[in-house]
Amino acid sequence: MARTAAPPAPLACSYLHPGGGRGGLLGWVLTTDHKRIALLYLYSILGFVAVGVALGLLMRLELIAPGRTIVGASTYNALFTLHGVIMIFLFIIPGIPAIFGNFILPLQIGARDVAFPRLNLLSWHCYIAGAILAVTALFTGGGPPDTGWTFYAPYSIRTTTNVTLAVFAAFVLGFSSILTGLNFIVTIHRLRARGMGWFRLPLFVWSLYSTAWIQLLATPILAITLLLVMMERLFGLGLFDPARGGDPLLYQHLFWIYSHPAVYIMILPAMGVVSEILPTFARRTIFGYKAIAFSSMAIALFGYLVWGHHMFTSGMSDTSRWIFSLLTFLVAIPSAVKVFNWTATLYKGSIDASPPLLFVFAFVFLFMIGGLTGLMQGALSVNVHVHDTAFVVGHFHYVMFGGAGFGLMAALLYWFPKIFGRLYPRRPVYIALGVLFAGFNLLYFPMLVLGWMGQPRRYYDYLPQFQTGHLISTIGSWVLLVGLLILTVTLMRAARRGPWAPPDPWGGTTLEWRTASPPPVENFAVEPAVTGRPYDYGALGRGAAAPEGR
Amino acid sequence: MSRGMGSTLAAPAQTAHHRDAVGAKLGMWLFLFTELLLFGGLFLLYAVYRTRFPSDFHFAATTLDPLVGTVNTLILLTSSLTMVLAVAALERGRRRAAQAFLAATMALGALFLANKASEWAAKIGHGLFPRSGLLLDRTDGENLFYGLYYGMTGLHALHVLVGLGILAVIWGLLARGPRRGGEAAAERGTERLGSEAAAERGTERLGSEAAAERGIQLENAGLYWHLVDVVWIYLFPLFYLIS
Amino acid sequence: MEQRPLNGYGTYLLVWSALVVLTAVTVTVAGLHLARWSALAAILVATIKGSLVLLYFMHLRREAAIIKVSLLVALLTWTVTLALTFADVAFR
Repeated sequence: MARTAAPPAPLACSYLHPGGGRGGLLGWVLTTDHKRIALLYLYSILGFVAVGVALGLLMRLELIAPGRTIVGASTYNALFTLHGVIMIFLFIIPGIPAIFGNFILPLQIGARDVAFPRLNLLSWHCYIAGAILAVTALFTGGGPPDTGWTFYAPYSIRTTTNVTLAVFAAFVLGFSSILTGLNFIVTIHRLRARGMGWFRLPLFVWSLYSTAWIQLLATPILAITLLLVMMERLFGLGLFDPARGGDPLLYQHLFWIYSHPAVYIMILPAMGVVSEILPTFARRTIFGYKAIAFSSMAIALFGYLVWGHHMFTSGMSDTSRWIFSLLTFLVAIPSAVKVFNWTATLYKGSIDASPPLLFVFAFVFLFMIGGLTGLMQGALSVNVHVHDTAFVVGHFHYVMFGGAGFGLMAALLYWFPKIFGRLYPRRPVYIALGVLFAGFNLLYFPMLVLGWMGQPRRYYDYLPQFQTGHLISTIGSWVLLVGLLILTVTLMRAARRGPWAPPDPWGGTTLEWRTASPPPVENFAVEPAVTGRPYDYGALGRGAAAPEGR
Repeated sequence: MSRGMGSTLAAPAQTAHHRDAVGAKLGMWLFLFTELLLFGGLFLLYAVYRTRFPSDFHFAATTLDPLVGTVNTLILLTSSLTMVLAVAALERGRRRAAQAFLAATMALGALFLANKASEWAAKIGHGLFPRSGLLLDRTDGENLFYGLYYGMTGLHALHVLVGLGILAVIWGLLARGPRRGGEAAAERGTERLGSEAAAERGTERLGSEAAAERGIQLENAGLYWHLVDVVWIYLFPLFYLIS
Repeated sequence: MEQRPLNGYGTYLLVWSALVVLTAVTVTVAGLHLARWSALAAILVATIKGSLVLLYFMHLRREAAIIKVSLLVALLTWTVTLALTFADVAFR
């Protein structure tokens, strides 16, 4: 367990600078090293986030005052469609699994790589191909799609904008997601280190496992739905065309059969991140390990049963409405199991209020607002009132951005020293968190209020009495941007010039902390043997887990 | 763990795991589940529309010839037989026999597609295709039947086509023989391990290892081919036998 | 791989004959015009045929439990989506 203390020298043969092998750009875009692929995902995803954020800012700017401000109605339609498509398909769905799953999963189970390294690379190539197609769709054909990210039929079949290509882009991105999920399932089944039983898996691995099953079993439904939209547009099959007996509601069914479970593709990995970070900084074993592990699987399961709550006002049958409403409330149970266990983990812990932990607290707070507003909409009577209003927009941004987004930032801060082998300064990150948190609530809380008062979503114009709320929201978007910029600049500087990180800067107990930072190409010099559960601070002793970098 | 320099490059004990036969099989099955659900979405649409327009569906199906469907079913079932015989032959180390069975499978697959194509061509020749004047004058249910017919058999035919491509690649790999395949694998091994010792260790065993890898590839290709067959087993009665 | 029991060519031929016979059965049954029962019979025969292909040609019989269980999960997932969709379309 000798840890070379010499901080100035990074590992000569880390994955970032391996001796031999292909160097330069080709060494990256043709790599099969899961760590390099993770970084490829990190940079490409962050690039698209920047675009998505810019589009969101433009929308907020348009809504700063009633009437036309900077863009017209049809441009606004394109803006919210692109913002949705980019943020959903290019950011949150791949997000944590593709970046941190790829990097951390093999390390956490003591493997050398994922089960199918070349498939892993193919998955990233699919992601890039899909992204390029999505961007191409903006500038070719009949102009950027204006259907919203949901591509609802029959409008998506009739609009003259370039829906065909955009839908194909999403199809290719779905392939990338399926391949990642498939790879992770086989990896977890086949490549666990000696002694790593199922109940010794870190909880992040459990969350990735549940996520992977959803990716595998839900994404094909989206694939066929999108293929059908393409076939409708190209050959006019008529399956969703009411003029020929087609039922557009079936499009909605198929779409949400995927897209509701997809919500859990987005949030489950973030929950796994939280379950990693809390025990590390509470210096205490996780409370209710099995409950958290199984609640991930339960969420994956229930996620399939509730898609109809997106369609309560669509005209589907009353019977199905109350069935879906009832089932929707069930999802709250495993989510609450997690939140209670996280809270209990903190009890009597010796808490180190480090940046990742504070981001996790922000996650829990924002996710609870998102979750509880979600429950409100699960009730049929309330749903009819708030359906298609800004309330829904506020709700899912609290879940997706406040949940998955903050989870991703927490993951980045937690594993940053492992990935880049450098430490970042704490103070600017604390400031960034404060600004982000304030900006976030300024931006999205007014949406909840406005929606409750009757502001419809996806309108570029509004009644004068809504102006105060919209103004606050737009100002919030600027504050949020400042927070994001502080965080980005801090981390970019740290990645280049920060002090060298020791193998285990936080005193973590899972396997990724047992190798160098950044890890060598082969991950571990010797295949690690696992002798106990993760997060076992009792066995480790307080001294060994002394945190550094305070 | 030691943070030793240099020594970390030595191959750890588990480098061989990329030739994990069980893992490869599991991965293939997982992929097949996605295929099941892909077709599952279409079967779901079929179920809804058929319960909604039962008599239209029965009437529309009279335009399909059950004989063509039956012949195509027999072709595909037989191709599944030759496929599994190819796998069995290779398991017994009979590479040439495996190649012959594989060639038979491809021939039958091509025959299936030819049949399918002539059937489609005849239908389109009669003016029975989506948005054709003839169909637009018919009932909603008949339009939907034909929409599903083209969508489902079309997607299935696409899968057969992809399957033919995969089988052709595997046939080519088998034709190269185990020795040259072994060398190629050894080269790949060297690249991965980045050390001479590993390459040496590799060449010793890779002859048989490459053969084993061919076996896995053939078996996985077979799994895909059989799944496409299973899908057809359901498509056949749902379209051809309901008149 | 080596220690796995090999299926004989004979088994495969037998399964194939069964599939051919079942195809004949399903064609015959469809000709009987059993009204609503014919759809059920067709699905039933197709399921038997599909199971034969899965169990013998795809060697599901000798596969690990994980593969069998996850196949069931995949089929169950589809069944659930079908059932919940019909909760709408059957009562609309």
